[in-house]
Amino acid sequence: MTESPSSEPEPPSPKPRAAAGNGMRLVVPLQGVVQGRGGLILGSLIPCALFYFLQLYLKRHRSPKPPASSSNPPSPSSSSPNLGDLARTSSRSNLLGRGSIVPVRLSSRGMAIAKPNDSPYYVGLDKVAGDRFHRVDNPEGIIQLGLSENTLCFDLIERWMKENLMDSLMGGDGAELSINGMATYQPFDGLMELKVAMADFMSRVMGKGVSFNPSQMVLMAGATPAIEILTFCLADHGNAFLIPTPYYPGFDRDIKFRTGVELIPVHCRSTDNFMLTVTALDQAYNQARKRGLKVRGILFSNPSNPVGNILSRETLYELLDFAQEKNIHIISDEIFAGSLYGTAEEFVSVAEIIEGEEFDKSRVHIIYGLSKDLSLPGFRVGVVYSYNENVLAAAKRLTRFSSISAPTQRLLISMLSDAKFIEEYIETNRKRIRRMYDLFVGGLDQLGIRCAKSSGGLYCWADMSVLIALYSEKGELELWDKLLNVGKVNVTPGSACHCIEPGWFRCCFTALAEEDVPLVMERIGKVAEMCKSGH
Amino acid sequence: MAIELEQQPKPAAVALSRIAVSETHGEDSPYFAGWKAYDENPYDELTNPSGVIQMGLAENQVSFDLLEDFLERHSEAATWGKGATAGFRDNALFQDYHGLKSFRGAMASFMEQIRGGRARFDPDRVVLTAGATAANELLTFILANPGDALLIPTPYYPGFDRDLRWRTGVQIVPIHCHSSNNFQITESALHAAYDDAVSRGLTVRGVLITNPSNPLGATVQRAALEQILDFAVEKNIHLVSDEIYSGSTFSSAEFVSIAEVLESRGSRHVDRERVHIVYSLSKDLGLPGFRVGTIYSYNDAVVTTARRMSSFTLISSQTQHLLACMLSDEEFTANYVKTNRERLRRRYDVIIAGLRRAGIECLRGNAGLFCWMNLGPLLKESTKEGELALWNLIVRDVRLNISPGSSCHCSEPGWFRVCFANMSEATLDVALDRLHRFVDQYRRTGSS
Repeated sequence: MTESPSSEPEPPSPKPRAAAGNGMRLVVPLQGVVQGRGGLILGSLIPCALFYFLQLYLKRHRSPKPPASSSNPPSPSSSSPNLGDLARTSSRSNLLGRGSIVPVRLSSRGMAIAKPNDSPYYVGLDKVAGDRFHRVDNPEGIIQLGLSENTLCFDLIERWMKENLMDSLMGGDGAELSINGMATYQPFDGLMELKVAMADFMSRVMGKGVSFNPSQMVLMAGATPAIEILTFCLADHGNAFLIPTPYYPGFDRDIKFRTGVELIPVHCRSTDNFMLTVTALDQAYNQARKRGLKVRGILFSNPSNPVGNILSRETLYELLDFAQEKNIHIISDEIFAGSLYGTAEEFVSVAEIIEGEEFDKSRVHIIYGLSKDLSLPGFRVGVVYSYNENVLAAAKRLTRFSSISAPTQRLLISMLSDAKFIEEYIETNRKRIRRMYDLFVGGLDQLGIRCAKSSGGLYCWADMSVLIALYSEKGELELWDKLLNVGKVNVTPGSACHCIEPGWFRCCFTALAEEDVPLVMERIGKVAEMCKSGH
Repeated sequence: MAIELEQQPKPAAVALSRIAVSETHGEDSPYFAGWKAYDENPYDELTNPSGVIQMGLAENQVSFDLLEDFLERHSEAATWGKGATAGFRDNALFQDYHGLKSFRGAMASFMEQIRGGRARFDPDRVVLTAGATAANELLTFILANPGDALLIPTPYYPGFDRDLRWRTGVQIVPIHCHSSNNFQITESALHAAYDDAVSRGLTVRGVLITNPSNPLGATVQRAALEQILDFAVEKNIHLVSDEIYSGSTFSSAEFVSIAEVLESRGSRHVDRERVHIVYSLSKDLGLPGFRVGTIYSYNDAVVTTARRMSSFTLISSQTQHLLACMLSDEEFTANYVKTNRERLRRRYDVIIAGLRRAGIECLRGNAGLFCWMNLGPLLKESTKEGELALWNLIVRDVRLNISPGSSCHCSEPGWFRVCFANMSEATLDVALDRLHRFVDQYRRTGSS
């Protein structure tokens, strides 16, 4: 159901011009002839007539001939070389005079991306952009719950900036702002100091159960290029990754767009709280094999997006065993590792599981970034962490297309090395996410809407199936539409995430202020009432 | 009895993709051996005066003082307004692939200024990427299918072999240029390249030119631009003009952008729909570390598609904000562009004079951060091997890392690209001195 890029290039069509109407008047009455009622003679006359009319049309609409070369004086130049003859031959100017009828083409990849994206995920984001809620300036606007952003701790970052920014850019001793160090070409895969700082941050954020080695890290401009670069390294065009559903809608674009790698859904169900099982994985793997698809790896998000549950140690062990047995890769997207609010379970990184174990580590890779846990999506910081030297070497070379800007690296080295600040940030962030989670999920609960059990992420996974008339994707999208256009609340429908059960919605709550929560509940409640009374 | 240890079969190593193991990154070529030599023994005026001088890196360090001066006087660029935080929050969250409007506007006016106001740029056609490397690759993804071909005049930037081909699967077919007409692109060369591609069963999707040229260090003449555009229209293919060195032309009047050619033709649709310009701040502004590139396309579908694809290569919002401040200051940019040009011209004059004293001639250049030096007369044999042998001597014994023409696919052996803007004037003098002594010795004895 998700928009998957088609690989069919559109056939070149004649350029539409004002005179197209003339063409249409010819074509319609000819339809009957073309469909076989006119016979062979007309069948050959018509194309000739069309050709004649086409020539006539072109003659009338020929573009003005390009100016003769004498009207384009050669540019004055002291280095003007003694040029060979560059005059155009007359036969070529005639061709030019006619003008092109066929528009210049884009590649198949280009065509696919040029098409408007009608996934509700993107449609919703666009709508909010045009009418964003603001408590004072636009109180009737759409409240954004469809983008997993966290604004709960900006006050902490702003305070740090006030106290430290100028020093961080100038090197700390009040010396003159020298851009010499950051202007020149830097290693494309990130400064070692930043890798060291990131390794430390990742370790802190993931509960200090594991330490990360900066030499196993490759940095690039966001988790978006990180996952794409890793995909380019692990799989060929036409190969596939297994991925548990529901999953982050962006993966359909990030992974498939340019690499040509397929995503095979491994469906998870509410009865398992949408937890991945090896049985489902095995089934999906075998089905893929039957279809002739080569599976190169398993990709999962932990904490998961959009559900927010975290994988247990046992499940991680099982996944590693499975990957070893099938000789495929494991990609663990741990970008929400620091955005935990649950108290029942502890997050365990796959890095912690394989430390000191007998697993073949060369198949394990981790994706990380600062867009979620440090709320800095604009700064573009992503990580590929791998135990495979060859992957690291290849990924490193590919970062030339997506490097982190030097001033940003400088700023982050400073911020991430401030251990005291980072500790305070991580702890406060968790507390505030927890608070918002309680408020939000509690609010939904009061409306009779239950959420899946979850421990992390910036969102909850809400079951609104009681509200939909038709228990189907169609019914779900109707509800989504009502919520967006009547309730003026943008949430992400489960179908955009490939969820196999209709009626689930992802609601991000960390870009809200506490005082906005009652308003959100009021709006959702209104829509809920509408649905219950059969509207 | 000895216990027989059972040999456990080693589990099959997990495989990587073809792209990961391919050699298309080119890092094993001789071109990069020179870099390694530099990395292992870099020249330093005080601490390592006999080290390798890096003359293979086209970086512009001659105008840093101007940038630093600006930043000092305008600290709000480096911060986010008063008290360092006013605009911070929105900026930190901003990851829209449209890019900061203020920054796009600033890039558009900067590009106009470089062209002396002879062309107009619409900020809504500016697509931002993390560097021109990304911009060129992105355009290749959009304009050509795997297995298709782009025509590129030789000699060309060695990085294209990697940047345009590696992940895209697109091929490069050379348009051969010769010293007999100063390596200018001719109509017959264009056609010959096209026909060559077709005979090999390749679909040609576009021509990619670099103007001013790397490695020639010379602008493309207006008449040639007209020819190339006509050719592209005739074959109904795209034209990509990489104008990354446009602000490094020694005099503004000598550079003609494809944008000017388009406008002089009344911006006809048949021309516009196929023209795309690549630009970056890595050379003109000397900020390669900032990773700032742009695609300017006259084709709406390309703009839309490039924008979406730029998600993989966005510019940090912090950097966009900083540069928006800098580049919208027209007094600053006018002065910068003018001063930068003058300083580059002076450097160029120094190196040309120095080489001439050593009896070495260069192609007459008028732009860029390098000159195109002719050591053909010194080659023992006029072949690629002869050129590489000489190059090896220069890297190893003279300790200068220069770029051999063969790595730029030059059809004639003996040409070398020599960068002059990434070092102090004193270092340049040392390099020239070394080269002079080497050439003297070599001419006399046939060795260094």
